[in-house]
Amino acid sequence: MDGSTLVSPSAEVIAPQRPARPFSPWLEAWRRFRRHRLALASTVVLLLMILAIALGPFVWKVAINDIDFAARMQTPSWSHPLGTDDLGQDLLARMLYGGRISLAVGLSAMFVAMTLGTVIGATAGMSRGWVGPALIWLTDLFLSLPALPLLQLVIYLFRDSLKAAFGLEGGVFVMIVVVIGGLRWMPVARLVRAQFLSLREKEFVEAARALGASKLRQVVRHILPNALGPVLVAATIDVAAAIIAESTLSFLGLGFPPDIPTWGRILYDAKDYLDIAPHWALFPGAAIFLTVLTINFIGDGLRDALDPRKVM
Amino acid sequence: MGRYLLRRLLIAIPSLLGISVILFTVLALAPGDPFGELATNPAVPPEVREALRVKFGLDDPIAIRYFRWIAAMVHGDWGFSFASRIDVDTLILQRLPATLFVIGSAQLLALLIAIPVGVLAARKPYSIFDQISSTLAFVGFSLPTFFTGLLFILVFSVQLDWLPFVYRDVYETGWRWYWENFRQAIMPICVLGLFQAASMTRYVRSAVLDVIRLDYVTTARAKGLGERVVIVKHVVRNALIPVVTLVALQMPAIFGGAIVTEQIFRIPGIGSLLISAILANDTPVIMAVTFVFACLVVLFNLIADVLYGWLDPRITLG
Amino acid sequence: MHEQAPDEQALRGLIADVRTGKLSRRTFINRMIALGLTAPLATQMLVYSGVAHAQATPSDYKPTKRGGGGPLKTLWWQGATLLNPHFAVGTKDQDGCRIFYEPLASWDPDGALYPVLAAEIPDLENGGLSKDGKSVTWKLKQGVQWHDGKPFTAADVVFNWEYAKDPGTAATTIGSYSGIKVEKVDDHTVRVLFDKPTPFWADAFVGVRGMIIPKHLYADYTGGKSRDAPANLKPVGTGPYRFVDFKPGDMVRGELNPNYHMPNRPHFDTIEMKGGGDAISAARAVLQTGEFDYAWNLQVEDELLLRLEKGGKGRTDMSPGGNIEHIQLNSTDPWTEVEGERSSLKTKHPTLSDKAVREALALLVDRQSVQDHIYGRTGIATGNFVNNPQKFVSKNTKWEFNIDKANKILDDGGWKRGADGIREKDGKKLKFVYQTSINTPRQKNQAIVKQACQKAGIDVELKSVTASVFFSSDVANPDTYPHFYCDIQMYTTTMTQPDPETFLLQFVSWEVATKENKWQGRNITRWTSKEADDAFKASQAELDPVKRAAYLIKINDLACNDHAVIPVVYRPRVQAINNKLQARGSGWDSDFWNLQDWYKDA
Repeated sequence: MDGSTLVSPSAEVIAPQRPARPFSPWLEAWRRFRRHRLALASTVVLLLMILAIALGPFVWKVAINDIDFAARMQTPSWSHPLGTDDLGQDLLARMLYGGRISLAVGLSAMFVAMTLGTVIGATAGMSRGWVGPALIWLTDLFLSLPALPLLQLVIYLFRDSLKAAFGLEGGVFVMIVVVIGGLRWMPVARLVRAQFLSLREKEFVEAARALGASKLRQVVRHILPNALGPVLVAATIDVAAAIIAESTLSFLGLGFPPDIPTWGRILYDAKDYLDIAPHWALFPGAAIFLTVLTINFIGDGLRDALDPRKVM
Repeated sequence: MGRYLLRRLLIAIPSLLGISVILFTVLALAPGDPFGELATNPAVPPEVREALRVKFGLDDPIAIRYFRWIAAMVHGDWGFSFASRIDVDTLILQRLPATLFVIGSAQLLALLIAIPVGVLAARKPYSIFDQISSTLAFVGFSLPTFFTGLLFILVFSVQLDWLPFVYRDVYETGWRWYWENFRQAIMPICVLGLFQAASMTRYVRSAVLDVIRLDYVTTARAKGLGERVVIVKHVVRNALIPVVTLVALQMPAIFGGAIVTEQIFRIPGIGSLLISAILANDTPVIMAVTFVFACLVVLFNLIADVLYGWLDPRITLG
Repeated sequence: MHEQAPDEQALRGLIADVRTGKLSRRTFINRMIALGLTAPLATQMLVYSGVAHAQATPSDYKPTKRGGGGPLKTLWWQGATLLNPHFAVGTKDQDGCRIFYEPLASWDPDGALYPVLAAEIPDLENGGLSKDGKSVTWKLKQGVQWHDGKPFTAADVVFNWEYAKDPGTAATTIGSYSGIKVEKVDDHTVRVLFDKPTPFWADAFVGVRGMIIPKHLYADYTGGKSRDAPANLKPVGTGPYRFVDFKPGDMVRGELNPNYHMPNRPHFDTIEMKGGGDAISAARAVLQTGEFDYAWNLQVEDELLLRLEKGGKGRTDMSPGGNIEHIQLNSTDPWTEVEGERSSLKTKHPTLSDKAVREALALLVDRQSVQDHIYGRTGIATGNFVNNPQKFVSKNTKWEFNIDKANKILDDGGWKRGADGIREKDGKKLKFVYQTSINTPRQKNQAIVKQACQKAGIDVELKSVTASVFFSSDVANPDTYPHFYCDIQMYTTTMTQPDPETFLLQFVSWEVATKENKWQGRNITRWTSKEADDAFKASQAELDPVKRAAYLIKINDLACNDHAVIPVVYRPRVQAINNKLQARGSGWDSDFWNLQDWYKDA
């Protein structure tokens, strides 16, 4: 995104010291988060990206589908700051428009996958009865399902009803988020379960158990914070994967209509012109990379902020 | 342990049956028609399509088709491909060597990169090495393989003219056979291996980072044990639990193939067999491949569980 | 047709000139090109008018000995999935089979017959064709051997007819064999008999559906047992290369046949047909890196091809055919369900049934830009549905891209712009759903049409369906093209024969795709016209090739001028060929139609 280049990551991070303050765990967390310079910078960059795609189209008023054969595959210029594609359509306008979808899909699908994966993995990891094996069976089932026929089935069964319920774009959005999230939670569930199996026997959990902490409290206060590492990694990977998966879905007719330029879609269209119009692929690629980068650092910052053992 | 294994294996049978029922139902309900291509050909009368549907029992109820399939499977008959009109096991066996070689090597490469890089990066978080490896990892999984594959082709095949990009059967003999097979596998192995390594490095780093801060590591250090011993004996062993989980997740893919990479380099792997079977709606092939895949998923999950117990004896599995 | 009379007169004159020798065959063909009248049926015109069927252009094959050419490496972006020509589903399978199997005759690029297993092409003079148009007698080449050494005879030819026409075999070639009778005259002569005079006789045993399999290996595997034949996987044919190895969907390999029936052929020692991947990288492997010698069916934007050609290793070659990328306008209402069926014949489309709307849409398709900026040499803008052979190409249609004119037609038709800028009349808005299969050029084409429609106050929603669903015959799936459950759709209809008769079934009323026939009818637009029906029936009974062509052209004109379809571009077949390789594609036959003549310059 263009907005991101304006930011100098180090310039923003001046942590003001306030010596006396009332203690609260959330404030404490916020203080710790602020101290994580990269995390703070990343938050600013991500917010700027969101701002750019939210407000950009009101500032940069070029239509996303204005075909101009005279201006095909032009490199960046004043009239087309990010250049044009092979139909002469303005890439800045398309990046701004597509960014809304790509970011929304990436973040929401990631949240769906993480939530599902964590809840299922945690439940399986804590359960000592039949629930654990059942959930692991479910995980194995989802891992085995071939995605393509499943997607075709989903689109075939639900597209029209979702379209009726949420409108054209809304319906597609819900479907994509559910589909991507619904097919990417399994590794997280397995990872979380493995962490839980190990952590639930550790001394500090036993101590909490001995002190009469409820199961929920054991999980939320003691085990989960220590199991979050792989979840946060998975989250950053899944944002990228979801943005790219969205473009794959549109090739299956499952995604947004073909004329909606999401980042993954622009990248895909650009790949065959890589040697004559590298700018076309550069911008969507960089946008996805920047999103991944910021999400990762924010994740790191969050973990450090929420992890009481970490001394900062 | 033995009893536990036996019990898990026994549970695996009904759970695989359950998975097979659901797979079969999804495939049967999914839209598409194995003889669709005939429909666009004006020279083929509709009766031929009808005859073929009847011949392959496509118009029978799903339940009957499922029982027919499972009964044949029990007898070792994997089914008959609609598209190629030959036995499915022949098809799969033809595709297996290339898949095992290319995808297997790629996974190995990913592990060989991810584990040392991840551990080194976690030892000194936010060091220059960590920053560089993290940035490369982010680039690695931000760029899809369809993109990096093409980039590799443009650089190494088109510009430099070093490597071929069409993976073919090699008929040279002797050492040339090994050399040609190796040469044509370099790019796909790298593209896939680096993509996998990128995400795996992040997992390894995070796993090691989690453990390195735990009390007993500090204790071990305080006891004056050498850094090397601490890392290898205490840190890596505990950090291996998520890594084992990841590897167990990845192993079935060595059989299942990698659709995009296989497509780009024309590797005759199981992934490309599966995708063309899906596009042609060749259900017996899809069913056989996914069912074997499901068996591997369940098997490796079981292996991972056993390994957890070995890595951390306190883990008990009910 | 009467309005065609002058052309008809002129043609008859020319044919007479050829007969008397005043005009050479070649000049005649060239003259017809100038008149817009040539190609395969044109040569058949000469045949029926009593002019000998010349051998197709003698090949300029240079090598003076068999073999020594090294390997021939060819690339198909979809690999052959089976090697029995009677089961072949797509051209990829037919091409794989054609390496090993041969027909009696092939179609050359000009649409002339080229004898392969036949000793000569039947015509009236050599007695091969009967005057009443009801039989064809083929003389077979003597001394031809199957790869296993057994002799090739008339019994093999007759057997192929019996094999393919048996519904139990479920041969995809059944359409070419079920309506005929084939009898053995002697060991090297067979006769094909028709029930009624048949103007287009060169179907059975010719081209891609005419490849002959050996009786001695298949006789025990007819009907229901056909799938068990070992030769299905290990073909034994008469072709220039013998079978070595086959992996379905991946590769086919062959080696030189030392007993091939044409002298000094083949040139190459081995042949490989590798499958998989995508069209662009296939073009790259031939044009840019030279890893392969030949690549098939490059459905790629011309711009990319032109750039790859700069690689200097190869060239692209176009073979004209009749495949037409076209837009269909639904005559029925896709949004109202009648007796469990949308797009039912019992309905009329609420807005597209107004001819003014259809006319405006036709004016809004910028065919020239689609050609210039998407297809280039690989898709030529056209106003006709039938674009080849030239004899059948109408001169009575025209097309233009004109947004102002479209706006005016809509204004005059009473379609007023509403507050949202979208035109409406009687509460019905000009909003259309426009679907096609997923394919980059098609999505660009959709974008171009959508933009022009916007400027004319028509709102278009684009929809794209994955090809494996769109082109399926799945009765339960509403997204297939025969269901046509939307207002507008676009795809390419392939023309597999150098004759438009079966092709034009798309505009007759008894072929409408409906729920009743499980959407297997070939008329997808649901456009019907009594005139078109009558013209079609008349053409089937007409033995005079000129009159017959006129009837078929009339059907094209009715459909195009009423805008039931908007033709966009017709698409020749495109292949990439190594600069040293001497090979030529044919738009009417397999890419390997003359594989035995392929060679490489030293």
